[in-house]
Amino acid sequence: MREKSPYDLRASARGIYGFFEMMTAPPKILAKFRLNGDEIECAFHPNKTLLEVLREDLGLTGTKHGCEMGHCGACTVLVAGEPVLSCLTLALECEGSEIETVEGLARGGNLHPLQHAFTTCGAAQCGYCTPGFLLSAAALLQVNDQPSNAEIKEALAGNLCRCTGYTKIIEAVALAAERMHESSDA
Amino acid sequence: MPDAPRHVSTATNADIEAAGTTASVNAKEPEGFSVVGKALPRIDSYAKVTGAAMYADDIALPRMLFGRLLRSTHAHARITRIDCRAVLGLPGVVAVATGEELPMRYGILPSSPDEMVFAVDKVRYVGEPIAAVVAVDELTAEQALKLIEVDYEPLAPVMTIEDALREDLPKLHVESRKPNNVHKEVHLAFGDMEAGFAAADRIFEDEFFYEGNNHAAMEQHAAVAEYGGDGKFTIWTSSQTPHYLHRIAAAVLGIPASNLRVIAPMIGGGFGGKTEPFQHELAAAHFARKTGRPVKFALTREEVFYAHRGRHPMKMKIRTGVKNDGTITASHVQTWLDGGAYGSYGVATTYYSGALTPVTYKIPAYAFDGCRVYTNKPPCGPKRGHGTTQPRFGFECQLDKIADALGLDAAEYRTRIAVDPYSRTVNYLRITSCGLRECIDAAVQRTDYRKKHGKLPRGRGIGLAASTYLCGAGLPIYWNPMPHSGAMVKVDRGGGVTVYCGVSECGQGSQHMLAVIVAETLGVDVMDVRVCAGDTDLTPVDLGSYSSRVTFMAGNAAHDAAEAVRRDMAEAAAQMLGIAPEQCGFANRRVFDVAKPDHYTTFLEVAQAAEARFGTLVGVGSYTPPENLHGDFKGSGVGPSPAYSFSACIAEVEVDLETGEVHVEKITLAHDCGRALNPDSVEGQIEGSAYMGLGEALMEESSFRGGLHKMPNLLDYKTPTILDTPEIEAIIIETDDKEGPFGAKEAGEGPLNPVIPAIANALADAIGARVYSTPITAEKVLKALEGADSGALRLRHGSPARAEAIQ
Ligand code: FES
Ligand code: FES
Repeated sequence: MREKSPYDLRASARGIYGFFEMMTAPPKILAKFRLNGDEIECAFHPNKTLLEVLREDLGLTGTKHGCEMGHCGACTVLVAGEPVLSCLTLALECEGSEIETVEGLARGGNLHPLQHAFTTCGAAQCGYCTPGFLLSAAALLQVNDQPSNAEIKEALAGNLCRCTGYTKIIEAVALAAERMHESSDA
Repeated sequence: MPDAPRHVSTATNADIEAAGTTASVNAKEPEGFSVVGKALPRIDSYAKVTGAAMYADDIALPRMLFGRLLRSTHAHARITRIDCRAVLGLPGVVAVATGEELPMRYGILPSSPDEMVFAVDKVRYVGEPIAAVVAVDELTAEQALKLIEVDYEPLAPVMTIEDALREDLPKLHVESRKPNNVHKEVHLAFGDMEAGFAAADRIFEDEFFYEGNNHAAMEQHAAVAEYGGDGKFTIWTSSQTPHYLHRIAAAVLGIPASNLRVIAPMIGGGFGGKTEPFQHELAAAHFARKTGRPVKFALTREEVFYAHRGRHPMKMKIRTGVKNDGTITASHVQTWLDGGAYGSYGVATTYYSGALTPVTYKIPAYAFDGCRVYTNKPPCGPKRGHGTTQPRFGFECQLDKIADALGLDAAEYRTRIAVDPYSRTVNYLRITSCGLRECIDAAVQRTDYRKKHGKLPRGRGIGLAASTYLCGAGLPIYWNPMPHSGAMVKVDRGGGVTVYCGVSECGQGSQHMLAVIVAETLGVDVMDVRVCAGDTDLTPVDLGSYSSRVTFMAGNAAHDAAEAVRRDMAEAAAQMLGIAPEQCGFANRRVFDVAKPDHYTTFLEVAQAAEARFGTLVGVGSYTPPENLHGDFKGSGVGPSPAYSFSACIAEVEVDLETGEVHVEKITLAHDCGRALNPDSVEGQIEGSAYMGLGEALMEESSFRGGLHKMPNLLDYKTPTILDTPEIEAIIIETDDKEGPFGAKEAGEGPLNPVIPAIANALADAIGARVYSTPITAEKVLKALEGADSGALRLRHGSPARAEAIQ
């Protein structure tokens, strides 16, 4: 007989799949988004998260994952300008919305000021958390182009980084804000 | 009693080099360099900010299958039956495998080959892989696991160090010849211990416990494998050590190593957690062969917590004899390591828990007993500071207690007993450049430590600690006379420069480091250099990103390789300029007459002239550490390094006396990195170390209940967020090591070590009581406040938890 152990790993969350018993994927649906400025159409299984659709169905692997449970912020993208955790968002929910990922930050081969500042300040070490931080910071700078350090920290509090100690990330966001503010004045 | 029979080495101290060293603080732009020492953007950062950088899980190949591992639900049990028959009936499932298909036992260290890809007969920790399924998608593979039937016959679990030393519990590894569940014992003594303790005015004895923790690199491990029609394998994997995977995977798969190519793409952080072969990597390759299709295995965060190889929980007893002025007369360190279920790097960890203690302060007599045990928990391995972090916590806490008891200034005391540059320790380790005193002085100055220590209001405190670390292990894991690192530099006729080197970029900046060294040597811009790294087919071997070896070893190899190309180019340039080759200088994409810099030709022209004259322009270089780094005794291979880095940390804390919460206000961390090839990168390593040390000191723990990880996710496993991380001040101390590339040493691991004891010492300063175990939680602080220095930890004496008792 198959033993039910009190230590059954499957009792705890194991990605999203652990919650379902013998689930099979529902048939694909076709949905439209505005993705990084382009109108796109994509067919995917409706149980898929935005993270999975971006990475697996659209090939945009710039968006990362560190937990797929909403804990780390690595999967942050912008939906209608707001930062969302793409691992907790069904792609279906975003139908018709404007989605922005790290791939859409640079314009015409020019880095976004945040991207530029991240390179200048050494704010990307392993770089795995970087796309998430960039998008969270981009959302902040859209509404506040002169953030204080406290405001920067508040906006990035949902993004984990294991490499940098955050110091250079804060510097980079402050630098980008300064540059964006200057150029908007000019 | 404690100095029972141990090996006593008799090597002499005669070959100490006599030389001085000078240290400079924050020497940002050294003269005479055009690339070295400049805070330039890292060459790999552009791909990282645009999302273009490829990590293992970003790789998708046509017809790729997805695998999932079936993991044990028991901590300790016999497997009486595995039935996979139902699995293949599930549509979408392509293959299933169990242990018999890959029967070879392997281990990262040749001394403990005790793991298998899939457990057979017995499981030894919850989460141990038993079988795997590959299917057309991950969901199907996951579903298929539920159809595998496994019958277990539970065995009594061995969950603690004390359990492991009991005689009445089953052995995890019956084939082990050690008593009970002991995995490794080390007993070493140097100098005259008896005389040392006899000469002491005071003897201090303390016990500490350091909790285990996980690397929690942001990227979860992933591997993709492909098997070609030519019988050749390729594995792309988030590995800090592609070379060792190459070696071990070839053996496990039963193929010649020449039929296997291992590629480390960008790695989303490692910290030691990706330094040995993992089951999912080997399984991916196995299934690629079995199915003829590419296969990907990507671990979930929960699986990463069970794959583990994190910091060993360690009990420590430290006994130190001192004169009334604080001079150390003898020290005895005893450690007990909770190794988890398998060997991993544990033999090395055990040695490291004693080897580096004498590298910071003068200790004339030193003994060390270490004992690593097996328990039914995920295997522990190396994490940033490998094995030295725990005893450093204990030793630095004890030094503060000594200073306190003897009425000494803890900072002045440390600089007074600090090791000297170009000296040898009592355990025969060769110290070269050493900026330890400068680190302590710089941190003290920046923080006004002397004005604050012992003088702040109750609830506020400041604490100091110092440390050291290796710049690469002096000996390879598999002893052989070949180089530890190789590099090749190619200059093409378009003026481009490519470095080929086996280093694995796990975030530390190894690719940029290579580019800086080669650009400096050849006088080109750092962005002119491309790096081809971490590919066992394309690049010369580098042993891997562990033991902080890459800058020193791969850096030296790349420097040699670039020098070789430069020699050919200087020949060609000399002819063009009508000067001697030695007269040629290389900078700013020019080759010029050093006496008359206006007399120059371009790098591009020289490259073409040199290629016309000598053929393809390639230089090779390699690095092998010198031989005189260590003594001659069993175990002398762990601890020696061609150079040591030094660090000092000062933490300032505020403690809530009501709740016990510790709030770190500022961390000041000075680090002697030899020379900062890129100051931004060195600062980044220092800041990251301060952050990671903070997490280990206050919140991170891998603890288990009944074999289950208590917090196998990033919400419950607390790591500091941006809001928890205090102001960090990084101070770079340069000592220009004679053997390092352009004088550089390491910066990746060393700065972490002093952070934890600095916080513990700051806490003691704030509340007048100590917490002797990590993490320093509010609960422990409250207990310490109640009991005022009664000690938060008691090792259970009388139990066999003493190395002497179990010899
Ligand atoms: S992957 Fe979405 S929060 Fe971690
Ligand atoms: S740069 Fe590595 S996790 Fe942030």
